[in-house]
Amino acid sequence: MGRPRSHNNIKPPMTARIERPLSPHLQTYRWTLTMALSIVHRATGIALYFGTLLLAWWLIAAASGPTAYANVQAFTGSVIGKLIVFGYTWALMHHLVSGIRHFVWDLGYGFKANEREALTWGALVAGVSLTVLIWIIAYAVGGGR
Amino acid sequence: MSGPSSMRTPLARVRNLGASHSGTGDFWRQRLTAVSMVLLIVPVITVVIMLIGRNQAGAAQILGSLPIAVILLLFIIASTWHMKIGMQVVIEDYVHNEKLKLASVMANNFFCFAVALTSIYAILKLSSGV
Repeated sequence: MGRPRSHNNIKPPMTARIERPLSPHLQTYRWTLTMALSIVHRATGIALYFGTLLLAWWLIAAASGPTAYANVQAFTGSVIGKLIVFGYTWALMHHLVSGIRHFVWDLGYGFKANEREALTWGALVAGVSLTVLIWIIAYAVGGGR
Repeated sequence: MSGPSSMRTPLARVRNLGASHSGTGDFWRQRLTAVSMVLLIVPVITVVIMLIGRNQAGAAQILGSLPIAVILLLFIIASTWHMKIGMQVVIEDYVHNEKLKLASVMANNFFCFAVALTSIYAILKLSSGV
């Protein structure tokens, strides 16, 4: 317990909740790209969170034996499996470049309106580009095996 | 814990390590693990591409080699730690019921720890060749 610090004998109301003005809720604002990409950063993070199950399954299968590994390969080779792995690749790449954008802000740069927009567009384009690039390399290297 | 009837000012209450009692530790570790993954992402993707189209014997041989095992172990530790902190932030933002929030944070810890340990076990098993 701290000592009372007031300079007079008036005690502030401790029990009653003080009605202070609130800032308008999110929905009031015009939807902007940086807002949308903020949600996307979080959504890709959540997707990657559950996507680690696939990664853990793959590692455990490799450590277990040929049958278990063949099961993973049958899944990742299927249309749905490929779509999930492609989505996972994009989520990872987007979260990565979007995270680097957050580092720029953490260091105190890129807060002007045009800079914010440029960084956000950059993350969006780089995330998609890196995903496509990885899949091209993956097919070029692994496709013939 | 000081309730609303406490004589302490809000400033006094959040001083030192603040309301969470852990200060900015999670903020720092979120960035620490993020930077480590930025450094590790190219080697990790290279390993995954090396494994495409190989059977279990080939994959096990690659995953069991020392440098690759170390790269993957570092990535597993960084990513599971990072996602534990990230999901906790999401839970704290959206789950307002105190008991449900505590249960969710606990489940999050269990999930991340289980994923981490399972993956680490797999890598160590592959490395030891058992």
